[in-house]
Amino acid sequence: MNHEQATPTAAYQPVNGRLLEVEDLHVEFHTRDGVARAINGVSFTLDAGETLAILGESGSGKSVTAQAIMGILDMPPAKIPAGAIRYCGQDLLTMPEEQRRKTRGPEISMIFQDALSSLNPVFPVGWQIAEMFRMHRGMNKSDAKEQALRLMQRVQIPAAKERINSYPHQFSGGMRQRIMIAMAIALDPAVLIADEPTTALDVTVQAQIMNLLHDLQEERQMGLILITHDLGVVADVADRIAVMYAGRLVEKADILPIYAHPAHPYTKGLLDSIPRLDQKGQTLRAIAGLPPNLLRIPEGCAFNPRCYLAQDVCHRDLPSLREVAPGRWSACHFAEEVLDV
Amino acid sequence: MGTYIVRRLLQMIPVVIGATFIIFVMVFALPGDPLAGKCGERPCPAAYVQKFTEEHNLNDPVPIRYVKYMGAIAKGDFGTTYQGQKVSDELLRRYPITVRLSVIAIVFELVLGVVAGVLAGIRRGKFIDNLVLVSTLVIIAIPTFVIGSVSQTLFGIKLGWVKPTVSSAATWSELMLPGMVLGAISLAYVARLTRTNLVENLRADYVRTAIAKGLTRRRTIGLHTLRNSLIPVVTFVGADFGALLGGAIITERIFNIQGVGGYIVRGITAHDGVAVVGAVTILVLVYLFMNLIVDLLYGVLDPRISHD
Repeated sequence: MNHEQATPTAAYQPVNGRLLEVEDLHVEFHTRDGVARAINGVSFTLDAGETLAILGESGSGKSVTAQAIMGILDMPPAKIPAGAIRYCGQDLLTMPEEQRRKTRGPEISMIFQDALSSLNPVFPVGWQIAEMFRMHRGMNKSDAKEQALRLMQRVQIPAAKERINSYPHQFSGGMRQRIMIAMAIALDPAVLIADEPTTALDVTVQAQIMNLLHDLQEERQMGLILITHDLGVVADVADRIAVMYAGRLVEKADILPIYAHPAHPYTKGLLDSIPRLDQKGQTLRAIAGLPPNLLRIPEGCAFNPRCYLAQDVCHRDLPSLREVAPGRWSACHFAEEVLDV
Repeated sequence: MGTYIVRRLLQMIPVVIGATFIIFVMVFALPGDPLAGKCGERPCPAAYVQKFTEEHNLNDPVPIRYVKYMGAIAKGDFGTTYQGQKVSDELLRRYPITVRLSVIAIVFELVLGVVAGVLAGIRRGKFIDNLVLVSTLVIIAIPTFVIGSVSQTLFGIKLGWVKPTVSSAATWSELMLPGMVLGAISLAYVARLTRTNLVENLRADYVRTAIAKGLTRRRTIGLHTLRNSLIPVVTFVGADFGALLGGAIITERIFNIQGVGGYIVRGITAHDGVAVVGAVTILVLVYLFMNLIVDLLYGVLDPRISHD
């Protein structure tokens, strides 16, 4: 394989290996019914070669976070009233749009959940990959196509040479997601965001895609943000995990301790709701209730209506994300109790 | 693809036979004696009556006459009108005029319609969008004869920019204004269709991907979105071209254009069945071929549609 390591181009050099810093990010959507506060002060970092999993239910703000980093939110209706997203020390949010556009692809790249609708139906897949090289590197058509072919081979598309001129609908779901991945890694980005990359796929194919992403991440030392609602998917590949609820981080930790001892009732609920082979025949323990309406997030802790530990203080005070044990961050008034269980 | 075309061509045979038979029967079922007034005040001489009757197969039952007529058409003979005029001569003279008029209308509606639609679509909810929506609504609401007469009076007579009527030569420049009048209503539909599809496609996932790929706004809209949005527009315009080639009765009448539309109207009012059936047979064929081309074009524009 002929590719450079994922060292950002001269203009962007990571500071002490730190690629991305999201600081106190807020995103709101201005709708007819009012202001939906999708993200309410989210902070996290991402280093080179690191995989961060962002976990949450639908509506928790995980995808919106990804889209805010990528700069593909529709504004309006979306608005970012506060916060910073620094890539290699430079704030993407205050950067001129043209400069920011040029970071999409070579610096930060993204793959989406549904590869069929995310690929353009009327252009051949090879053309869509080659477009990255033509538009960002000024390559001519045949050189760019050559590069596209190499990428298709790298992501293990069988008979890539014969299939380079095929259209997205002529591929299976797994193969389409490989094409999305090939397109996203084309320019050796330093940061790759994968927004539920395996949700639309069969279980067997899910594992293949996760392995491919993991291999590519190690090979290129990319910073990988893996957005998912499925704890099972991320266990083997993620280094760290951030759990989101109602637009806030509720727990942040290394991957292993969180599985053994969650420090937030919500994370605990998520872990309990995973079907387990050794508990066959028992009722699945789902978290009672529904995620809050983002137009009317409850006072205090947003999780309080669904929480088995909820006390008066939970209805009154918003718990801040605090370090409850070394490397363990939780936004729960009773994090210590949860940890001890 | 090849078998698809053959299958479609074979499907045309019953359609052509059915359509022409219905027209043939209806036209010749109209009351009236083609010999009436043929020889002035006097009744025609018996010998002439016999010759005329034989030439036009007037004594045969209608189905037999239809078979004989279609047999002649298959050999390229579109018949002779009761006035002794060859239908094919008249059609050959008039068809190029109708084609020129239709081409002007199509180019006008496609270019201006798409431009207006794109401008409205990318500035949704802004002034230009409202302007396009209101003006197209006005155009759709006004009948062609009003648009035609008003623009003829305004540009042809008051302002004197163009000649108010078209000469028998019907040159491209003379047909400009009539062509625009003819294409005006379809232009409004093209603009609205383009706008609606563009607005819808701008929300599509693949557009979000194009932005995430770091493409410029121009390329994201102008190539990735527009390429998809124009598929229904092209097929609409293709079908419209087929309809326009059937002649434009009102526009031809207003601007005195010698196209096929006027020919058919004259044939109907003159009870000249041969002229009507001959012309309509051609129109049916042209329309069917245009539809075939549109369907093939659809497959080319949208790779998801297969003609295998």
